[in-house]
Amino acid sequence: MEEFFQQLTNGLAVGGIYALIALGYTMVYGVMKLINFAHGDLFTIGAYLGLTLLVSLGLFDKIGPLPAVILLAVMVMILVAIIGAILERVAYKPLRHSPRLSAVVSALGASIFFQNAIMAIYSPKFLVYPHDILPKAAINILGLDIPVMRIILFLTSLLLMLALYFFIQKTKIGTAIRAAAIDQGAAKLMGINVDRVIMLVFCIGPALGGAAGLMVGLYYGQINFSMGWMYGLKAFTAAILGGIGNIPGAMVGGLLLGVIEALGAAYISIAWKDAIAFCVLILILIVRPTGLLGERVAEKV
Amino acid sequence: MKSSKILYLVFAAAMATCPFFLNAYWTDVFNNVGLYAILALSLNVILGHCGLFHMGHAAFYAIGAYTAAILNTTYGVPVLWLMPLAGVMAGLFALVVARPIIHLRGDYLLIVTIGIVEIVRIALINNVFDITGGANGIFGISRPSVFGFKISKPDHFFYLIWGFAALTIFLLMRLEHSRFGRALLYIKEDEVAAGGSGINVAHHKLVAFIIGAVWAGMCGTIYAAKMTIIAPESFSFAESVILFTIVILGGSGSIPGVILGSFLLVGLPEVFRGLAEYRMLVFGAAMVLMMIFRNQGLLPPGPKRYDIAAKLHAGGAQ
Repeated sequence: MEEFFQQLTNGLAVGGIYALIALGYTMVYGVMKLINFAHGDLFTIGAYLGLTLLVSLGLFDKIGPLPAVILLAVMVMILVAIIGAILERVAYKPLRHSPRLSAVVSALGASIFFQNAIMAIYSPKFLVYPHDILPKAAINILGLDIPVMRIILFLTSLLLMLALYFFIQKTKIGTAIRAAAIDQGAAKLMGINVDRVIMLVFCIGPALGGAAGLMVGLYYGQINFSMGWMYGLKAFTAAILGGIGNIPGAMVGGLLLGVIEALGAAYISIAWKDAIAFCVLILILIVRPTGLLGERVAEKV
Repeated sequence: MKSSKILYLVFAAAMATCPFFLNAYWTDVFNNVGLYAILALSLNVILGHCGLFHMGHAAFYAIGAYTAAILNTTYGVPVLWLMPLAGVMAGLFALVVARPIIHLRGDYLLIVTIGIVEIVRIALINNVFDITGGANGIFGISRPSVFGFKISKPDHFFYLIWGFAALTIFLLMRLEHSRFGRALLYIKEDEVAAGGSGINVAHHKLVAFIIGAVWAGMCGTIYAAKMTIIAPESFSFAESVILFTIVILGGSGSIPGVILGSFLLVGLPEVFRGLAEYRMLVFGAAMVLMMIFRNQGLLPPGPKRYDIAAKLHAGGAQ
């Protein structure tokens, strides 16, 4: 039973990361009906930028771990958001009225470009985050020893997701995003600058993805130029699981997928861990293509 | 029609003389181009003619290659004899996996096929049924021979591969102009209307899928024979992306386009071997630029295809 709960907490921590990345997919899909294949690579860029800033600025020694991580996260999110906006401008905006396949190929091209750019700038090898900067301790909750990192990870992703949720639901800009997701043409008639909304979506999604990249770097300690692909695919699975285009769906889907995967790895086979996620994906698409929270007339963001 | 036939003949003649003035390295590059051309042509049936977003083609290729490799190494069956069986295995696999997902549209189908190719790769790495050899793959596949003539040098493979490519091109041209091929085209143009005019859409899509898979599986045996060693990494998602890109960049639905695409995407990068690190960087950027400036591909199928669609529309398939 103890192993079950350990795997559950681990699954929730990893699921939080999937959920953060999934939000980027789901928002872009909601507004543009486009699978942004390069999103996973923006996540990788987040991890690499985090490492670069961490090493070059030496923040941990100067201001202590907690403020350093927060500052780092803010910087990474801003930088990745800028890259996301440039990506949209260069690779997707000119294709907005082209057949959908063109945008898919463009996204794949952007993904290959990013991967190889990272490889050329850094190196094809695994890079290692300094491992002595974050607490390795575990705290005891209800008789379970849970690593502090895991809890921090889960709470951070939860916090970011809630912030996004309230931003989308309660602010004027959020309303504009929701409107553009339902009908771009009608939104334009209502005086919404759809171009700006799309640009914004391409800033928020990558920012969250970048934060997830930093979190993965801090949690697992090592990063690789091609890791974005697998994380991206799983996050996309999470988005579909919850109902693509649906923000709470992405959150639920991410957490659920993390838990399924962790339990599957523990009780079925660790070697088949990645295959489990894809089986979930195929099953969901066959049985309920709209996802768990998706409805035919669901409000899509 | 006449001029395109002459063009094909000139192309065939030029290709036939290639090995005489290419060294072994470049002959091998041309062999790879040929293999990718056959695979991309088989994907073209699914993606180009039928309009199904299928990005898991490497899975069928893998099934064919592994079928041939396993039977060759354990029972010593000559590898080229296994071609039909490899095709059948890939076709059966396509039937099983495609049947439940064939109704999915656009992006959803794309994502599921990616899932399938990843599952196949993971299964191969995990040495499923203890026959795939795990991450190291299978080695020691024997060289094929035809009428006692041993095929071992790149030149020999050149004629084998491009001969098979020529057969593929011929058959696909026949397919394109057949009743079935026109039905596929019509499904691509407008699925609902095709269904409305009496075409069994799901059935046609499934058959297109199986044709593509059988051909990719057969191509897998040639790959196994050529390499004599196969490993799961040769059938990863990246391969599927290259095939997908060849079809789209060459001109979806056009046979000359797909062949040109194979030369550009597989052959041309070899020219820039020296710039190894930046090769794929440029490749990715080129994909984006290509889609922005010429999204119908380099050699899109000519307007005659729309006449066929129009004819179908007016008088039904003849």
